[in-house]
Amino acid sequence: MNDNDVLILIYSILTLGGLGLVSSVILYFVAQKFKVYEDPLVNEINETLPQANCGGCGYAGCNNFAEACVKSANEHKSISGFFCPVGGNDLMKQVAEILSFTVEDQKPMIAVVRCNGSHTNVPAKSHYEGISKCLFANNLFAGEGACPNGCLGLGDCVVSCAFDAITINTETGLPEVTDACVACGACVKACPRAIIELRPKGPKGKRIYVSCVNTEKGAVAAKNCSVSCIGCQKCFKECPHGAIEMKNNLAYIDGEKCKLCRKCVEVCPKASILEINFAPRKPKVTTVENNC
Amino acid sequence: MNQLVISGSPHINGSESVKKIMYTVVIAMIPALLVSIYFFGFQVLRVLAVSVIACVLFEWLIQKFIIKGPLTVNDGSAVVSGMLLAFNISSTVPTLMVIAGAFVTIAVAKMSFGGLGKNPFNPALVGRVFMLISFPVEMTSWPKPVPIFKSELIDALTGPTPLAVVKEGLDSGLTIDQILASGSVPSVFEALIGNTSGALGEISAMALLLGGIFMVIRKVIDWQIPVTIFVTVYVFAGIFHWIDPAYYMTPEFHLISGGLVLGAVFMATDMVTSPMSMSGKIVFAVGIGLITIIIRMWGAYPEGISFAILIMNAFVPLINKAFKPKRFGVVKK
Amino acid sequence: MNAVKTFSRGGVHPEENKFSSRKSIREIPLPLQAIIPLGQNLGAPAKPIVKKGDIVKVGQLIGQGEAFISSNIHSPYSGFVTKIDDVLDASGYRRPAIFIQVDGDVWEETIDRSETLETEIKLNRKAIIDRIKSSGIVGLGGATFPTHVKLIIPEEKKVEALLINAVECEPYLTCDEALMLSKGEEIFVGIKILMKAVDTQRAVIGIERNKPEVIEYFDTIAKKYPEIEVQPLKVKYPQGGEKQLIKAVVNKEVPSGKLPLEVGCVVINVGSAFAVYEAVQKNKPLIDRIVTVTGKSIAEPSNFKVRFGVPTQTLIEAVGGLPHDSAKIISGGPMMGKAIASPEIPIVKGSSGVLVMKETESHRKTEQNCIRCAKCTVVCPMGLEPYLLSKVSKLEKYDMAETENILDCMECGSCVYTCPAKIPLLDYIRTGKFKVSQIIRSRN
Repeated sequence: MNDNDVLILIYSILTLGGLGLVSSVILYFVAQKFKVYEDPLVNEINETLPQANCGGCGYAGCNNFAEACVKSANEHKSISGFFCPVGGNDLMKQVAEILSFTVEDQKPMIAVVRCNGSHTNVPAKSHYEGISKCLFANNLFAGEGACPNGCLGLGDCVVSCAFDAITINTETGLPEVTDACVACGACVKACPRAIIELRPKGPKGKRIYVSCVNTEKGAVAAKNCSVSCIGCQKCFKECPHGAIEMKNNLAYIDGEKCKLCRKCVEVCPKASILEINFAPRKPKVTTVENNC
Repeated sequence: MNQLVISGSPHINGSESVKKIMYTVVIAMIPALLVSIYFFGFQVLRVLAVSVIACVLFEWLIQKFIIKGPLTVNDGSAVVSGMLLAFNISSTVPTLMVIAGAFVTIAVAKMSFGGLGKNPFNPALVGRVFMLISFPVEMTSWPKPVPIFKSELIDALTGPTPLAVVKEGLDSGLTIDQILASGSVPSVFEALIGNTSGALGEISAMALLLGGIFMVIRKVIDWQIPVTIFVTVYVFAGIFHWIDPAYYMTPEFHLISGGLVLGAVFMATDMVTSPMSMSGKIVFAVGIGLITIIIRMWGAYPEGISFAILIMNAFVPLINKAFKPKRFGVVKK
Repeated sequence: MNAVKTFSRGGVHPEENKFSSRKSIREIPLPLQAIIPLGQNLGAPAKPIVKKGDIVKVGQLIGQGEAFISSNIHSPYSGFVTKIDDVLDASGYRRPAIFIQVDGDVWEETIDRSETLETEIKLNRKAIIDRIKSSGIVGLGGATFPTHVKLIIPEEKKVEALLINAVECEPYLTCDEALMLSKGEEIFVGIKILMKAVDTQRAVIGIERNKPEVIEYFDTIAKKYPEIEVQPLKVKYPQGGEKQLIKAVVNKEVPSGKLPLEVGCVVINVGSAFAVYEAVQKNKPLIDRIVTVTGKSIAEPSNFKVRFGVPTQTLIEAVGGLPHDSAKIISGGPMMGKAIASPEIPIVKGSSGVLVMKETESHRKTEQNCIRCAKCTVVCPMGLEPYLLSKVSKLEKYDMAETENILDCMECGSCVYTCPAKIPLLDYIRTGKFKVSQIIRSRN
């Protein structure tokens, strides 16, 4: 090794070492300058959250939710109103534990598509060509079936779902929600026609709802769709629990009040009330007798 | 009556199509191809056919068996890539190497990014550079131009490109005048018609420009990109020639020698890998011109246009962000 | 004749296909039943002021425009109101309309039905605007913006030029041309009235060069009106866009998000100018318009003078019926018109044309990958980047869409027209525009 080589060695060490030293000093001061105080609880809560960042809780992401929880706990001494639909009650118990609160259980919810306007129930009257985006088609026209409130079937809800819980059934052209649904509400926001609603999942998944959101007069609605609610009020009169309300020619079943007696389903002349996950009915004649 | 069709406006389309654009480029390459056949013989057709067939085949195979999407191979983009790859290599390159180049062109540089329109780099140039690095000997031995009717001598002679002659001469300490005196550098006229050594598509500046004019008329390329490259090269090379004519070649020589015209007319104007706005295109073209001359004068390779275009390709997303078209009614603050 | 002008940036030149050009205006017999939609203008729909069973006369007010941006609706027929119900209109939805059973043709006595040319303008500025407002005049180019709103000039603004939009840059349509050839003198009086209304000394009529007869005819009339110029324009779409017309004629750019008044201009459609003449000089409200009925397969493309409320079907029958290979009916022109879902849709104030398209030209072409050719950027008359706007809208990056001036898009369709990959750019951009304006509204 001659002198020259040694010099190169020393220079390299000095330059690199010096560079490292200067950078670390700069980094230190930058870190000091931009330091943000964060409650360690936020981090703790955040770690329990599912990290789906779906926005179902009403916040942009899981970390925002954790921050809001801690803030509310500090300021209002309560975290009521905060709910992570993905984690459900178990998770909220954990969160409450961290913040030393208790929370009440919330009923599990699921997204429900309130339209049964399949290709057979609503024959197409025109043919749409264009991008597969409900929002666009909604601004363009009433839809191929000409129902101004019905499902366009272009799948904005499918795209919005972060849990792959909605698919479009190619036969009916309608979205179907699977049990993977965590009721985050993304599809509810995505649907330009407010067809999708979050409803109580019901015991063993049993639920009854009016599968129509058409507010037109009965005759007009029936012209386009064989299963539309025509606002005949039969279910409204039949319901023993007062769970059905009529508004704008449309029946709506309050999921909280509904006792799943299935009476409304029987009287609906248009079969627009759907019952999900019930045992198949016995033949109609016997049912009537039993009920009498 | 049938169901009426409902769709958003507009309800009519122009006659432009991807296929039309691609085949316009193919037609524009024909003059240069004819010149090439004239000087290099039918070996040109072998390289061209192998390159085009391999490119089309690779694209078809990948779309059919790997992507399993719609088959769009008949849009002509693979044909264009294959032809451009052939234009960028010597007519003496062995068939297997051409196939390897075609594979890189289509599989690596194009389909792996998602196919037509998604590739950040010009596929043919990626293929060419891959071959240049992998097969340096074959890729830098160029046939001497022999008019086709004197073809007894074909295959026998190979020689360096004019740019290589100059580079080697300068590296061995000669001055420009001494190199020119040796007689192995073609005159401006010879280079214009294509009577020179080089890749099969790059030799005739005249034929390439003819194709370029055709594409400009058919609105497939913008004339601003090639013209800006030419001006930049001319000015930049001219400045150095003016400073030291003994060490730097004339700007005219830089303009018409090597792949500059081919690169400027056919490669830099590639729609997919060039910027969107006119101001962006000018910046892009100036960058190509500068880098080309820098590589030619001080780089390890005698020719720099391929590298220059690839380098500027990498800047395209940035250029697109920075150089927007002038918005109507928006005044910059 | 003035030198030919045009706007500087972007634009396309689609095949003109003006089959009904230079044809005289036809009329059709009165229908038995008419449907008068209440939402015929941009902005709030009118409120019905008649009820079932009411007897109406031609020209009687039946719908009152109450909001600031709204306009009145008058009955184009005499007869009685059978019902007020929803009806499918060009918006693609069922919206309220007044159904009239036509009985005879009894006009309001106040309307002057003579053909004599009234050149003397008796009303003052305020009265003119009030008359235009009460007559329910809207922009007849297709946008149907209430005309009286444009004429209300704030104190601090001065109108340097009144521009009359007689460009008719949409392919196929010839309704303005037909009107100008038959009612030239009246249009000039209408322009004088509008000049008085906005208090300006200069008016320019912008006409594309593909209507040489009109330019020649107007040049002879213009000799009598030294303050009205006739400006021939190069044939280029979308020259009829308000901002493009201003750029072409007075070479000024309306700032982004601002009204033409910002550069001292008011732009009025030539059809509206004629309607103004009728309203102010003849006291006739807007109850009819010229409609072009055309298409490549149509036997006899024609221009009709139609009273509103006639079903589109009736007009198509008058030109030889709907050909069997028809698959699309467009209300308006092919570039900005709306495809309608049923031929029953009534003709309204905004119906500049009825275009019937053949099966072969009705369908969208297969979408290919974007080859980044930048043709959309080149043709965009607003200097936008349609490829980028459509991409960010598709990816729902609405904040970026906003900073890239998506709201400046006027949906002229030049980008889609020119796209070699047949990408439905405008579908995405419209979605993005809708979302961005929603976001901006919720922000305020």
